[in-house]
Amino acid sequence: MRAWHFTEMPYPNLPPLESLSTMRVSLPNKLFDPKIGADLYNRYLDEYMIADDLGLDLLCNEHHQTATCIDVCAPLTAAILARQTSKGQICILGNPIANRGDPIRIAEEMAMIDCISRGRLEVGFVRGVPYEIFAANSNPTETVERLWEGIDLVTKAWSPVDEPFNFEGKFTHRRAINLWPRPYQTPHPAIWITGSSDLENIKRAAARGFVFATFLQPHTKVKWMFDGYRSAYQDTGLPGGGGTAYMPLVYTADTEEEAEKGARELTWYLNAKTEPQYRNPPGYVPVDFNVNALKGTFTGRTDAMRAKTMEFLKEEGVMVYGTPDSVAKQLKRLYDLVGGFDHLLMMQQAGWLDHARTVKSMSLFAKEVFPQIKDLPRTKPLNTKAAAE
Amino acid sequence: MSGSGNVQMIKAGGLSIEVERRGAGRPLLLLASEEQLERGASFVDDLAKKFEVIMPSPPGFGTSERPDWMGNPDDLSYIMLDVIDVLGLKDVTVVGFSLGGWIAAEMAVKNTTKISKLVLVDAYGVKVGGPYDRDIMDIWTDHPSKVVTAKWANPENGKRDFSTMNDDQLTVVARNMESFARFCWSPYMHNPNLRQRLHRVNVPTLFIWGEKDGITAPSYGEAYSKLVPGAKFVKIANAGHYPHLEATDAFMSALNGFIN
Repeated sequence: MRAWHFTEMPYPNLPPLESLSTMRVSLPNKLFDPKIGADLYNRYLDEYMIADDLGLDLLCNEHHQTATCIDVCAPLTAAILARQTSKGQICILGNPIANRGDPIRIAEEMAMIDCISRGRLEVGFVRGVPYEIFAANSNPTETVERLWEGIDLVTKAWSPVDEPFNFEGKFTHRRAINLWPRPYQTPHPAIWITGSSDLENIKRAAARGFVFATFLQPHTKVKWMFDGYRSAYQDTGLPGGGGTAYMPLVYTADTEEEAEKGARELTWYLNAKTEPQYRNPPGYVPVDFNVNALKGTFTGRTDAMRAKTMEFLKEEGVMVYGTPDSVAKQLKRLYDLVGGFDHLLMMQQAGWLDHARTVKSMSLFAKEVFPQIKDLPRTKPLNTKAAAE
Repeated sequence: MSGSGNVQMIKAGGLSIEVERRGAGRPLLLLASEEQLERGASFVDDLAKKFEVIMPSPPGFGTSERPDWMGNPDDLSYIMLDVIDVLGLKDVTVVGFSLGGWIAAEMAVKNTTKISKLVLVDAYGVKVGGPYDRDIMDIWTDHPSKVVTAKWANPENGKRDFSTMNDDQLTVVARNMESFARFCWSPYMHNPNLRQRLHRVNVPTLFIWGEKDGITAPSYGEAYSKLVPGAKFVKIANAGHYPHLEATDAFMSALNGFIN
């Protein structure tokens, strides 16, 4: 089991949240104070460096036009960490390849970061959440196609070539592709992908040996996705690599009261407001989902989570908090409930949770929880035939 | 969703296309708006007393097939021209509403040999202002409550009761919403090249516009109409983006004066 530190780099210094209709896409940027922003960036990077010292791996992501995440360029964060840390793996989860629209540029950036870090980079690709459609102005009906065309092109471009090649796909046209540098790791770094409900996507990831990651979902749903991944893995019979990753909100403290207080701060992320039009742009989800939306039976994952109590979220494995022994126990239970997983991705900072309390929680986790779960075995492919019976 | 007409699937441009036909007489090709509200509207039955009203659903709308390669209304217009050929229509009056108006304009710049008259109602399709000008309200970025107010002179007219629809009908609603975004997301609601092609429209053309349209304002409609040689422009009072639904009598009198 690997354990990863993660923060979305929030900018919480906003007017009262009740006075805002949205924290995403159209929250006016005059509310961003660059001096506060400077402090926050440096603080969050410091926390990644502390996580590295503590023996945790480092996970970063990006979003756009939102106060919930001011990391707008995960490759920049990863490049800083590649140079300023020395031990941990660095994973970008992920590159919004469908929204960025230039797969070769992404391939170059990843190769350079992999070289600077001497092979500590893992590269995630994401389709991008619904509200990202607006900042990127991507057509919401075609981002799945763009994602897969982009991933396949990047993977090929990373590989050593004897001569340059041209690519004339649906979305990308490039001539004389010949990456300088190519990645430190040959043929390329481990690839990750995220997903929530699209089983075809999960199977495609398994068939390519990618790590499959999912966030903040009830454990029954996580098991369903991980089983799908493990079955496809068996069906396609591919060699090693891959694995499964799950992200809960995690807060570790000396006492249960303190842990609950810290965890409550983390729910800032779940409560982030978004206007309705940004939550489900037309064509982002398949037609049958939208039929359910018209019937009022599909409201989206975050909305469903927001309505729940912390106790419920703890029971479901969406939040993990408590004393070190309690956190270890909850994680072992979660591991069993979902059929095992390989990467624990921990959102250990959100909202107003300050530096001292973030570091306290990270340190306790690294010293007292991680040793208790580190040796949980890697998960194995499922035998689909047996699973079906 | 569909009205009282005869609905069939035909092959056009290699695709399976839904076509509804009502009435008898000279052919009137009615290209519905993106929501296809026209198919349930009474004014179509009035038109069907004098015309054979032919309502094809473009690829991705109604139950018409949508292949992955199709990306914009320019693509759709070729299939709609194919429909005219497959059905053997001649001397066709083409009336297009909103997105249907855009498709009609795209058809007319390509080939008018089978088209005798063209009517565009609160149509999308061109850009008339500069890069910072909001010619057409951004219906996907603005709050839905704002969009409803802009679209209808009386927002009550825009209410739809989805609870009375079955799954097949809801599937059409959801497909229409998705295909609208598929074809019109970017460049937003216009084809940058259409403006330069509109001089080719060589049939009598009428633009009909809702005076209170907040999606595509009358000033946009008027500027659009000036790009088509000899086109006339009329405004309908007390109506938003769908004047044929909100001020049906005034709309029909403007339409009948031109097409009869």
